[in-house]
Formats: sequence, structure tokens, C-alpha cells
Amino acid sequence: MILFDQVSKRYEGANEALSQVNFHLNPGEMAFLTGHSGAGKSTLLKLVALIERASTGNVIVGGKNLNKINRHTLPYMRRNMGIIFQDYQLLYDRTVYDNVALPLIISGFSAREVKNRVHAALDKVGLLRFEKKYPLTLSGGEQQRVSIARAVVNKPALLLADEPTGNLDPDLSYEIMKLFLAFNQVGVTVLIATHDIPLINKLDKRIIHLEQGRISHTARAQTA
Amino acid sequence: MTNQVQLRQLKPDLFSQFKEFFIRHFQVFFYSLGLLSHTPFATLMTAAALGIALALPAGLYVVLEQAEQLSSDFDTISQISLFMKKDLNEQQVKTLKKKLEMLPAIAQVKHVNREAALQEFKSNSGFGDALKALKKNPLPHLLIIYPSLTHHSAEQIDVLVSQLKKIKQVDLVQIDIQWLKRLYAIIHIAQRGVLIIASLLALAVLLIVANTIRLAIENRRNEIVVMKLIGGTDSFIRRPFLYTGFWYGLFGSFIAIMLVNSSLIIINDPLNNLSSLYGDSLFSLGLMDISSSLILLASGCFLGLLGARMAVGKHLKDIEPK
Repeated sequence: MILFDQVSKRYEGANEALSQVNFHLNPGEMAFLTGHSGAGKSTLLKLVALIERASTGNVIVGGKNLNKINRHTLPYMRRNMGIIFQDYQLLYDRTVYDNVALPLIISGFSAREVKNRVHAALDKVGLLRFEKKYPLTLSGGEQQRVSIARAVVNKPALLLADEPTGNLDPDLSYEIMKLFLAFNQVGVTVLIATHDIPLINKLDKRIIHLEQGRISHTARAQTA
Repeated sequence: MTNQVQLRQLKPDLFSQFKEFFIRHFQVFFYSLGLLSHTPFATLMTAAALGIALALPAGLYVVLEQAEQLSSDFDTISQISLFMKKDLNEQQVKTLKKKLEMLPAIAQVKHVNREAALQEFKSNSGFGDALKALKKNPLPHLLIIYPSLTHHSAEQIDVLVSQLKKIKQVDLVQIDIQWLKRLYAIIHIAQRGVLIIASLLALAVLLIVANTIRLAIENRRNEIVVMKLIGGTDSFIRRPFLYTGFWYGLFGSFIAIMLVNSSLIIINDPLNNLSSLYGDSLFSLGLMDISSSLILLASGCFLGLLGARMAVGKHLKDIEPK
């Protein structure tokens, strides 16, 4: 699903954020990206999400080389991914329902189908009763679940999350992580960047550890 | 690959996409209107600025167009005055009048008798006593020529005038067409002026709309970032801003029409007064007709859209997720 082939990323006027990164994530696999701040976790996710472009090397997502994606095909590529941020990136002047419906409206689904899918997604994250509320009236954990509902409403093949539990307490973090595990179980490929080592150590998933822009080691959680 | 199967699930079918496309346009059309209604005062101020910028050339155009029509009315009634040599007697003048009436270029000839003219002048001019002192009537016989309707173009009148000048009994040929030519020339200069003003103010409208849309884009930067992150195409993100520009143009031209018409109404009263001082025919300016109003509305909407497109093209590219 994701293939990094000799990928380096250098920001202008800075050191290399990623250097010579190689890794492969199979379809249906779930993995965590760990490492200190500035180790390159976010940069790696941004390359997959086409927010940044690799300086050298190839990033291949869903069989497509991202170097060949241009301005016009980029939106269609992003529709195959659900992206989740530490700061939720919700629209605060729209209701929970409208926030979750946005990806479907962009893709041009009919109103009836939008309604069905939004309700299904909100139900999955346990927020169906909040559909008419505005995001600011919800707690952090609830807002994050809205953003997850928005990310999965399109039924993407790939979920990317950058510190999804960074602002949440351990209990809420575990709830969120269980959601990701559930999506992974139905075949969604999941890649999550996180600091939360104690949490992921409880899960039997691959951990990719970055240090100064390089993959220092990968391991299953139990042996890390 | 499971991925491929899921990729296909993501897309609604073609017919539904086609249908939704129009529904979305319809929705965004009113959604953008709704956004404007959230800030009625700011919207009104921008629309008023556009209205004033559009009203000035539109008003000048309406006035000039009517002035041109008015002068073309004069054109058909233009007349030529033939002042006879003083030694001609009444009988000779009448013979000449008959000869002239035979010409195809002339519809009618009116004879103004020199004695009658003197009487009229004495009673009307207030110089009656002074004129009594004259031993001889200073006025010549006068023939007023009305060119026929088929011969009233400027060139044909010129030909007729040169023919009339060759008649040996004629002392002086005076035509009223000279001032008309000058008026036409002045109107043409003014039309160029209006064209220049209109171009400059159209540019002003573009800049006002572009700047307003630029601010709107800046205000909704976060929303644009989110739209881009979840796969919104440029045209999807652009659409509400383009419709906003369209609405500004529409409101602006409505205000312009109201401004022009109310100005015409305000001017008409003293104008009637003035025209009654010149003669008994009342001249008043008509309001903007339907076709000029529609043209103004269409150009307003077009300029609004274009201004929004300029702003959107330049600024949306700069906003990318970080």
C-alpha cells in the first residue's frame, strides 16, 4: 500500500528531515511511527498525504508514484486517504454532521447517500447523538472522533494519523486507538505517528522508529 | 488488490455525479448569498461602491444616447433660409418659389414677405420706434426651404445648398445644419470620454471585487486548507468565491440602475423648465430602458465574476496545507 524507496526530504535552509528512507507497508497492515520530535514522523506522513514532496526517491501509494501526481490529480489521490491531525482540523462554523459530510459532498454523492454514510460513520465513532452540535461544544476526545468519522466516511483504503492522541488523556487515547484497530480489522491500512509508547506497547503492531530522519529499527510492539 | 476494489467504491455513479453537479451549483449559488447576508453592512458598502462606479458611465451613456436621438429629430426638420437680393419684387420672388418647389430635393417653400416681416419685427422686437425712423424697409424677401424627407442627409443638403447659392436672385443662403454638425462632433467627443471613463471604472470594479474576494479568501484560509486536505478540487473550492463575486456584481449593478434612474428623475424637473424656455415642445430625459438595464446588469455580473476569478486564481494557490 505504501512503499518508500530511497526517500529523502530536505526543507529549504534546513538539515535533511528524512534521509534514504526505505520501508513497505502492506495493504491491510497497521503500523506506528515513533521517534523524538523532529525525527521526521510528520514529514513522512506529509509525503504520503502529498502535503510535501520528496526531494529524492520515490513514494508509491496504492500503486501510484506520487512524483507523478500533479495539481489536478492530487485531490482525487487524497480522496483515497483519510487524514487525521492532532488539532482535528474541523470547521467550527459547521455542525458535526456538516463536517463529516464534507468529503462526500466534495465527491458528489447524493443527499440521501450522504445522510446514510454520515450516520454510519458517526455511529461507528459513537457520536450520532451529537450530529447537530457544533464542534466547539464538544470535548477534545469527541472532536477527535468527529475528525476520525470525517476521515473514514469516504471508506478510504488508507488512514493516516499524526499524533491523534497527542491532546488526550490515557483513557480517551485508548478509546481512539481502539477505533483505529477496528478500522484496521475491516481491511483499512493504517499508519499512525505517535509519542505514546506505553499505549502502543499494548498492541501487537509493527513499530517504525525514526531517529534524525532515518529508520533506526522496526519491530513488533511486544519485542520493542 | 483490495485497494482497487475500494477505489471504485469511492465514486458515485456518473449520472448521480452529473445530477449532483448541478444541485451543488444551485446550493453554492445560494450558500454564497447566505454568507453575504451574514455581513449585510459590509456587503452593502462594497455593493454601493460598485454601484457608484457603474452608475457614472451608465448615466452618461443614457444622457448622451438621448441627446443624439434629440439631435436626429432636429435633423429631419432642418431648414434652409434663402435671403433674396433687395431689388427683387414680390412677383419675381413668387416665380422663383414656384421654380424651387418643382425640385425633387425640396418638399415645401415658404415665402416670408418683407413688408409682413417688418411689421412683425416692429411689434415683437421692441424697436418699433427706432424702425419707424428708417425710410426704407431694410429686410429682404425670405424663402424658407424645407428639404424633402428623401433628401435630408448632410451630403444631400450640402448639394442642395450649393445649387441654391448659384441662383442669381439669391443674396444669402443660411442653413441651420452647421450647429447640428457641431453638436454631433461634440457628442462624439463626449462618447469617447464616456468610453474612457467606463473602461477606467470597469477596472475599478474589477479591483474592488478582487480585493473583497481576496479578504474573503484570507478569512476562510482554515476552511480552504481543510477542503484541500480532504480532496476538494480547485474548482470546488473556487466556486463559492466566484458566486460571491457574481452577487457583488449583481447587487452593484442594481444599485447603479437605481442611482441612474433617480438622478434622471431629479434632473428632469429643471430640464423641463429649461426646455419650456426654449420653445413649447417639452423635452425630458427618459429613464433607462430595459435593454440598457439588462446590459448594465450583465456587465456588472461579468465584472464581478472576472474580479473574483482574478483574486481566486492568484490567492488560492498560495494556501496549501502545512
